[in-house]
Amino acid sequence: MLYAILSTFLVAGFAPVVHRRTGRASGWVLGLLPAALFVYFLSFLPAVSSGESIVLAWPWLPGLDIQLSFLVDGLSLLFALLISGIGFFIVTYAGRYLEGDRDLGRFYVIILAFMGSMLGLVLADNLVAMFVFWELTSITSYLLIGYNHESADARKYALQGLFVTAGGGLALLAGIVMLALAGGSWELSEILNNGDAVREHALYLPLLILILLGAFTKSAQVPFHFWLPNAMAAPTPVSAYLHSATMVKAGVYLMARLNPSLGGTDIWFTLLALFGAVTMFTGVFLAFRSTGVKKVLAYSTVMALGTLTMLIGIGTETALMAAMAFLLAHSLYKGALFLVAGILDHEAGAKDFLQTGGLRSALPVTAAFTILAALSLGGVIPLFGFVAKELMLEAVLDAPSLGGILGLLAVLTAILGVAVAAIVGIRPWFGAKVDTPRTPHHEAPVAMLAGPAVLASLGLIFGLGPGLADEGLINAAAASVQGAPVDGYLALWHGLNWPLAISAFSLVAGGVLFWRWEQARHALAWVDRAAEYGPEKGYFKMMDGLVALSEWQTRVLQNGYLRYYVIVIVTMTAGLVGVTAQLFDVAVGQIDWAALQIHEIAILTILVSSMLFAVLTRSRLGAVVALGSMGFTVALIYVLYSAADVGITQVLVETLTVILLVLVLFRLPGFLNLSSTGLHIRDAGIALVMGGMITLLILSTLDARLFDSISQYFIDESMPSGYGRNIVNVVLVDFRALDTLGEIFVLALAAIGVYAMLHFRAEDRR
Amino acid sequence: MNMHSLILRTAGHFLLPLLLLFSVFLLLRGHDEPGGGFIGGLVAAAAIVLYLFSMDVQAARQVLRVDPRDVLGTGMLLAVISAIPGMFRGQAFFTAQWWEFTAPLFGEMKLSTVLIFDIGVYLVVIGSVLTIMLNLAEAEE
Repeated sequence: MLYAILSTFLVAGFAPVVHRRTGRASGWVLGLLPAALFVYFLSFLPAVSSGESIVLAWPWLPGLDIQLSFLVDGLSLLFALLISGIGFFIVTYAGRYLEGDRDLGRFYVIILAFMGSMLGLVLADNLVAMFVFWELTSITSYLLIGYNHESADARKYALQGLFVTAGGGLALLAGIVMLALAGGSWELSEILNNGDAVREHALYLPLLILILLGAFTKSAQVPFHFWLPNAMAAPTPVSAYLHSATMVKAGVYLMARLNPSLGGTDIWFTLLALFGAVTMFTGVFLAFRSTGVKKVLAYSTVMALGTLTMLIGIGTETALMAAMAFLLAHSLYKGALFLVAGILDHEAGAKDFLQTGGLRSALPVTAAFTILAALSLGGVIPLFGFVAKELMLEAVLDAPSLGGILGLLAVLTAILGVAVAAIVGIRPWFGAKVDTPRTPHHEAPVAMLAGPAVLASLGLIFGLGPGLADEGLINAAAASVQGAPVDGYLALWHGLNWPLAISAFSLVAGGVLFWRWEQARHALAWVDRAAEYGPEKGYFKMMDGLVALSEWQTRVLQNGYLRYYVIVIVTMTAGLVGVTAQLFDVAVGQIDWAALQIHEIAILTILVSSMLFAVLTRSRLGAVVALGSMGFTVALIYVLYSAADVGITQVLVETLTVILLVLVLFRLPGFLNLSSTGLHIRDAGIALVMGGMITLLILSTLDARLFDSISQYFIDESMPSGYGRNIVNVVLVDFRALDTLGEIFVLALAAIGVYAMLHFRAEDRR
Repeated sequence: MNMHSLILRTAGHFLLPLLLLFSVFLLLRGHDEPGGGFIGGLVAAAAIVLYLFSMDVQAARQVLRVDPRDVLGTGMLLAVISAIPGMFRGQAFFTAQWWEFTAPLFGEMKLSTVLIFDIGVYLVVIGSVLTIMLNLAEAEE
């Protein structure tokens, strides 16, 4: 499992090389990875469908109880199969769709890295690991939306998507920490078995709200839905993959995953069912209102996400079965339809449904599979979309409360959904031939047709034989959402009942709406004006405020004067240390003056006199030399107290610092005394406060021993477990290697910072 | 930056290989005696900076052969890579792995991820110091 996730990142790293070597075939070559992963995940299927859940763990930071662990059960396996399976078609499709694009190599890197992050997210068992992968998907999504980085819109909406989802991610982080506190573990598999403790915990309400904020932003629930249609600035394979089949379902995944420990309460039901139902209706309504091919599909994705949230909120066994079936059905048909949108753009140059019509004869194969997928979207018998929709209506009608409003919204959604399906499945293909921006000369290449064909056909196969999906995975997935085995089953024919009647009615009503689409859209023109006061307006207002605030604080804090930076840093440090020392009643030890040796006095004298010289001299070089002499004296003290390593390091660092300062000094103008006596006194005061604070701090360490010293442990363990006699070095490279890694990162960053300051100046950009 | 000092230039020529050798010596013995990647890296960087002062930037870059930024990147990579092997043996991230074997001529040898990590630190220190120093010196000219 570890290898499976790591391999995606590894292959991502080598993708540009593979792309250069294989050229046109690169999509197929790189597609081997998701295909292999799909087969690998398939091998878990027998165990998982018999109700097992598998936990695989690698320790990471055992001291902090963080491990890299994976949980394979019905829910995560369903997602993993979707991610790798659809991923295969996306990668091969992109190879042709973006053929000749100069950034295609980069595209492969990001999309494969996204795939790895998404797999990690759905398979992670540890909350921290899950969160890391969660944020990685937000970042890769940002890079993918902004793929056409020369377009201002792409950049703007990439940032919007990032702010909304990463903002939700911050809330989620807080929620996760609380969840771990309430559930008593960082492992999902343990928290899920500890549901009662979580639900009765005092933190239940805040943690629920925070986690839902994360899930709602990621899964584009009202009022955060606006980022998703805007994310359509991304290339079509990205929209198909991230913004319909996988990433946006991460929020749904999270709610489904946590249902056994958070669900079942009134507040859970109310929040999810209401927000979900409103999102569902808003999505389908706006889809019906739009004409852009990808806009329509994006809004109908919002509808699907709302439906899933609502079903998880309802939480009955039928609802959970419906949610899992709908999840699968939606991924299949929406993936197919987005890929078709790409074909329309690629072959006919059409980005808007109004530009299309009568394309049936030019693109017969595409048309056939689009219609198949659209039938599933509209929930027409015998497609899998129908099975899912029937179950969804049944679940809504049986909802424990709020039945009226949920039912009403569900029926309206079903009607508009049929109309939207007709727009997608009929409008471009039938009727009078419309002159598209480009005349399609040939059918799309195999690499681009494979995805829609297989995904749409699967919708038909699962529709005709729902048992295939059901026994294989849907039951197991619903069982992991419910936290207990389910005994429901999927069926194409449920007999004559209310859901069937609603379906039949919505087909007719939706057909009428499609027939009158033009008039309906004109009648709904007021929506555009209303949208100006919508949540997106709020987002832009907030962003303007944020920019204004950061401009203001930059002017105040980043004023460009080194002296003010130093003053702020020094006084803050001294102040904080002082307050902390007061709070903890730190005692100041006594110095035993009598024990002072003669050589120590000599060292002190050198130290103090070089310090005075550095402060008083009028020569820069003199000051640097004096500072150097202070440094060497300190090194001498280290050596005196037999800290050889520290002494050597101090000598070397001091040498290099002096050289560095000399190099910089060449660039400064001559020494002039421009500051007034008042300023001198102020600076001296600040220096004395800082120096005094440090002195007191050192004195307090003479006596204070808040904890037992850890040095004995290192002395004892250095040889047996570190195989080294030099304890300082063993601590640096073995016991505390992570700290050292952090330090060399800082060192590297400093070097890169200096390099950037010297080489990239603002004026060079002009 | 050329100091035009014959003594410094001659000394630089002779000291450079000695100091570099010494830095490797410090790096390798660091586990048992004072030394280690950090100190070794500082000595190596100081050796090249000395050479920079006795000759000029071009000469110093030629001695290094590669751009110090690449040294920096290689070091970071080695340091991160050294953290991974433990995971494949079911241990925590960064758990040190040791391989002991007997090599002809050298007798008993111990290799470890710790050594790889220390070499990474060594390279990062050289890379960072020289990136800063060489670029500052170039800005001077």
